[in-house]
Amino acid sequence: MDFTLNDEQRMLEETAGRLVRDRYGFEQRRRHAAEPKGYGAAIWAMMAELGLPAVPFPERDGGFAGGGVELLVLHRQFGRGLTLEPYLASVVLGGGLLSRLGGEAQRDAVLPQAIAGETILALAYAEPAAGYDPFWIGTRAERAGDGWRISGAKSVVLHGDGAGRLLVTARTGGGTGDRDGISVFLVDPTQAGVGVRGYATIDGLRAAEVTLVGAAGELVGPEGGAAEALEATLAAGCVALCAEAVGAMEQACELTLDYLKTRQQFGAPIGRNQVLQHRMVDMRIALEQARSMAILAACSLELSPAERERRVSAAKALIGTAGRLVAEEAIQMHGGMGMTEEAAISHYAKRLVMIDHWLGDSDYHTARFAELPEAA
Amino acid sequence: MDITYTAEEQAFRAEVRDFLRDGLPGDISDKVRGGRRLTRDDHLRWHAALNARGWLAVHWPKEHGGTGWGPVRRHIFDEECAAAGAPQIIPFGVNMVAPVIIKFGTEEQKRHYLPRILDGTDWWCQGYSEPGAGSDLASVKTRAVRDGDHYVVNGQKTWTTLGQHANMIFCLVRTDASVKPQEGISFLLIDMDAPGVTVRPIVTLDGEHEVNEVFLDEVRVPVENLVGQENKGWTCAKYLLTYERTGIAGVGMAKAALRHLKAVARRQERCGRPLIEDPIFRRRLAEVEIDLMALEMTNLRVVAAVQGGGVPGAESSILKVRGTEIRQAITDLLRRAAGPYALPFQHEALGSGFNEEPVGPDYAAPLAPQYFNRRKLSIYGGSNEIQKNIVAKMILGL
Repeated sequence: MDFTLNDEQRMLEETAGRLVRDRYGFEQRRRHAAEPKGYGAAIWAMMAELGLPAVPFPERDGGFAGGGVELLVLHRQFGRGLTLEPYLASVVLGGGLLSRLGGEAQRDAVLPQAIAGETILALAYAEPAAGYDPFWIGTRAERAGDGWRISGAKSVVLHGDGAGRLLVTARTGGGTGDRDGISVFLVDPTQAGVGVRGYATIDGLRAAEVTLVGAAGELVGPEGGAAEALEATLAAGCVALCAEAVGAMEQACELTLDYLKTRQQFGAPIGRNQVLQHRMVDMRIALEQARSMAILAACSLELSPAERERRVSAAKALIGTAGRLVAEEAIQMHGGMGMTEEAAISHYAKRLVMIDHWLGDSDYHTARFAELPEAA
Repeated sequence: MDITYTAEEQAFRAEVRDFLRDGLPGDISDKVRGGRRLTRDDHLRWHAALNARGWLAVHWPKEHGGTGWGPVRRHIFDEECAAAGAPQIIPFGVNMVAPVIIKFGTEEQKRHYLPRILDGTDWWCQGYSEPGAGSDLASVKTRAVRDGDHYVVNGQKTWTTLGQHANMIFCLVRTDASVKPQEGISFLLIDMDAPGVTVRPIVTLDGEHEVNEVFLDEVRVPVENLVGQENKGWTCAKYLLTYERTGIAGVGMAKAALRHLKAVARRQERCGRPLIEDPIFRRRLAEVEIDLMALEMTNLRVVAAVQGGGVPGAESSILKVRGTEIRQAITDLLRRAAGPYALPFQHEALGSGFNEEPVGPDYAAPLAPQYFNRRKLSIYGGSNEIQKNIVAKMILGL
């Protein structure tokens, strides 16, 4: 058993950590958020230059074949800085699915640009009536000549409004909710028949509603057989989100602890108050538990799907709850200051609560965990 | 023991309902129910409607234009107003400074200010909190120095709710720094239009502008604006806080929010089925409903005791802690009910004149902002930690 990072992972952590420390102070983040795309274009280019988007891709796609631990290392740093750049959307989700499913020509046509940060990919999987179930797909695709026509609606697509290519899940067979019959299509969002309505999310990111009316799409992978790759991609996404939550929790705990030590009330630092000490301890315990689960999930991505999914759902469930506890306590202990836009803590709190709304919340993943068969 | 309302109380409830049906403008209750922003004019229209019926000043004695209602009637009124989607009465004038003026003010102050509160001429805001003070109110640093017929005031107030709409502010100021903290404080009424008063917005984490900082720089305040005696303002402050703590349980608002939660859960789909059929969600809903039933009975026990001539004491701290926790739990469930549609940040959709189709279901836009906004409930009005200290000291004797 060894919980330490190897040399390459440590270097990755140093690289990402330095980037966040030097370029992602709270004031700098505010400036990045105000840019036209809602994130720092120069920072994103810098991430690409440092090779960060290549990390999780296999070598055949020009990547460094990083796994769950590499995702953990990177996204924990992203969480510490509350970065806004489309790494999760473009690299982990969109790129991840294309890499898993796509044929060589498709991968060659798209992935190099994604790895270079020049094209953003987005995964349009969720639907308005689905809640968090990725297999609840009403969007349909039908053959038309040599190609496919897709119709349906996709909800809250992370970075969907800045994406050069969408990966869209659609049903080519089966009934809504079935595992079989799910296909993935590469869709150019600028074509007729695709509507993209972009907006900001409350945790500072960008997302979009996507409507497809007979839009042309290029089939990626086997017809009707995308469920397994979709699940694996979302599992990687959950690892990334769990890691970001851990990074954000670390910062929220540090900021709160600092506040308890410096904020004076009734003539003493409020941290002298035992009840606040115990609650700070509860926050810290939640952080340690979250760290453990983020590690567990990160080290499970290469396991059999059955084992992987149980562990990933367990991690996402626990971290959703732990993140909410840390967020709510951090605001409460900061008092009115924690309620303000100008205090960094409120942004960490918002991100922590909202991570639970991405890729399935704690209720969804708890129920899923309970229903998944135990691996032998 | 009989936990039902008397026939007279039920008749009163019916009367309130009749009034609300006709007197509460529908566009205003639509905004309240939809969680959208209210304008200054919306509040003024509602206050005017209540005032026309003689029901604005629920805490005042009849001789000054109040209702003279006892605690049970006030409770019924609050509950019906919340159920009908009425905005909260902005408390700073009518429920906070007015009782202080009635109790400690001069005849001249009563004659001048009370009618102006009723008819909406003055919009009051609160100048209690200061940066660095928080729940430690006695540590106020804003100074008022006597100069002939005026006090010259310097300092800063914060968390001034709706101060952007106000033309008057009541302030705790330090008039003697050489004595124990509570003994050198005075209660001053300050015209916001006076030179040296600056209001700066504080934007909260939900993107809203509800609270402000108020800077007081060499503000000259006539001595006749002192309420009560110089250096005895702490008495006024404590008296005002007893009014802040009435209706503190927020049962009516919690019940309205719970009804909204159920309506959302019936409409929100999860895998093609209404969320309300989801066993985990149903259980969470049931738990919070049971907590609220218990709170309502606890609240009624306190209300009945006060009606019988008692004084609400540390029990109001219990009501505040539990009431705010339950309201926060309901907004937490509302946010969660929206699922992924809690994520879009639709700031414009909360205002008037937004004609676009919202992203996601029409009820979703306010849910996450409200969840974040309601985090304040356990912080303001004496944080819940302070309330627990009060219970520990006053009820448990620790």
